[in-house]
Amino acid sequence: MSHITPEQVRHLATLARIALTEDEVNRLTGELGAIVSAVEKVGEVATPDVEPTSHPIPLGNVFRPDVVGDTLSTEQAMAGAPDHDGSRFRVTAILGEEQ
Amino acid sequence: MSELTRLPAIELQGLLNAGEVSSREVTQAHLDRISQVEGTVQAFLHVSEKALGDADDIDSRRAKGEQLPSTAGLPLAVKDVLCTTDMPTTAGSRILEGWQPPYDATVVSKYRAAGMVALGKTNMDEFAMGSSTEHSGYHRTANPWDVERIPGGSGGGSAAAVSAFEAPLALGSDTGGSIRQPAAVTGTVGFKPTYGGVSRYGVIALASSLDQVGPVARSVVDTALLHDVIAGHDAHDSTSIASPWPSMLDAAVQSAAAPDLTGVKLGRVLQLDTEGFQPGVRQRFHELLELASAHGAEIIDIDAPHFDYAVSAYYLILPAEASSNLAKYDSVRFGLRITPQDGQVTVEDVMAATREAGFGDEVKRRIILGTYALSAGYYDAYYGKAQKVRTLIQQDFSHAFSQVDALITPTAPTTAFRFGEQLDDPLTMWANDMTTIPANLAGVPGLALPMGLAPEDGLPVGAQLMAPAYEDQRLFRIGAALEALIVARDGAHVSSLVPEPGQPRGEVG
Repeated sequence: MSHITPEQVRHLATLARIALTEDEVNRLTGELGAIVSAVEKVGEVATPDVEPTSHPIPLGNVFRPDVVGDTLSTEQAMAGAPDHDGSRFRVTAILGEEQ
Repeated sequence: MSELTRLPAIELQGLLNAGEVSSREVTQAHLDRISQVEGTVQAFLHVSEKALGDADDIDSRRAKGEQLPSTAGLPLAVKDVLCTTDMPTTAGSRILEGWQPPYDATVVSKYRAAGMVALGKTNMDEFAMGSSTEHSGYHRTANPWDVERIPGGSGGGSAAAVSAFEAPLALGSDTGGSIRQPAAVTGTVGFKPTYGGVSRYGVIALASSLDQVGPVARSVVDTALLHDVIAGHDAHDSTSIASPWPSMLDAAVQSAAAPDLTGVKLGRVLQLDTEGFQPGVRQRFHELLELASAHGAEIIDIDAPHFDYAVSAYYLILPAEASSNLAKYDSVRFGLRITPQDGQVTVEDVMAATREAGFGDEVKRRIILGTYALSAGYYDAYYGKAQKVRTLIQQDFSHAFSQVDALITPTAPTTAFRFGEQLDDPLTMWANDMTTIPANLAGVPGLALPMGLAPEDGLPVGAQLMAPAYEDQRLFRIGAALEALIVARDGAHVSSLVPEPGQPRGEVG
């Protein structure tokens, strides 16, 4: 059984930018422990001599001619944004007070 | 119910091309059917207001004598994972509620160019994470066979829509079985093409090394018909396969007309025919093997020892890739934004509050798991090892395909389960995909078709065929033959036996 602590889950949630509630942290701590224990099974056969596969179908680099392709207009790109000034996405302050 | 909604797409196509029915009539019949059953089935997240207008456009072009594609005027349903400029696109998530994409997915452009009429967007597990469609951020979808049961997932909406005759055809996406498992539990047909066979441009990404778009229908021939519309190279998707594809429809039509399996070698995967499977699923599976054998197929037992590790590898690779792909939902460029009201907040607080409010439990679970699997110090132990298992599974497939033309397995280990039955137990829920995940890990094509009803519960059971990468046409050939043989044996296609939604299903003989 893997030991996952609530502190670890809080840290992961910070990395993933999800403001989990304490109830969620507690539930996920238990679930994550059980899940990690189960998926650790891959270690039984993934020995050092086996090459990893990242992509199912072998492909080389794919190039295209260096010309302007289909692009969105600024208006189209902004259309779904929660907030914008017509040419730029508008966000809350990037830095906090202590920074 | 209008007769038109019960017709196969291939027959509707013939009537449309002969001018015997208009696209408006066909489209209206399906919209009427949607109005009639949608209160119970809830397969759709959005029904298009412009479907009839699109149909009229096709009819008037046809009336003017314009040469139209053979599929012109055929309606279809579209999984909400595909970007559509004329309908909202949410991938079943509240974080994208009401989002109207600024561009069409290539697959969407293709069905438009083929003159097909979109009826609406179908429900799905949020960001395609799930096997029951219970993880949709909006509502659940009922299995037309038993409205207290799940329609499978993540493409439960598309499968339920074709099963309940709300659409003759639908589009799906399959990362670990999201086209094939819903087909199995709703008595319909679904196809996951070779990885790269269909463009993923404009498809909301779940796990990029696994995702593939494919067709959903009530017969192998109709599934092939839709596949021919969407398959092919796309310069917008760098994983798209450049070589052209042969017609799946021609192969399926030919094979269905003269079903013969002489000389075909089918491999029964030992790891996917075990005591852990529901008895009725195994019974129908063994009957199918006997049927294939009686019509010339040779059945060979295949040992694929690493298939037992597929689910574990998948639930490391998928969350890892998903946690990266879903980073884009950051409240800046599209979708939801929640701004905390207490004290001074930064953009990071806004992102975290937005993602907390906009994502459901399953999505959070997988993002946290993926973040863990990719963390410094754990990467080699988890993600790295899962990628090695992927190699071993590919080797199992290569070994198998040196002996047989195709593998045959049950599509899912059980029939449709009840709502809520597995909702609090992610590991049990994830095990539903043990049969379908290997094909995604190896990139090979998989075709799911119904093989009967389970004696114990009267619910549909599905068979899955898998072939080597690029051999998609072989699956349509074998699948159409098997389907024709099953219909000849049973006297009816499983999909035609579905009760009216909410009505009890018949006894199984």
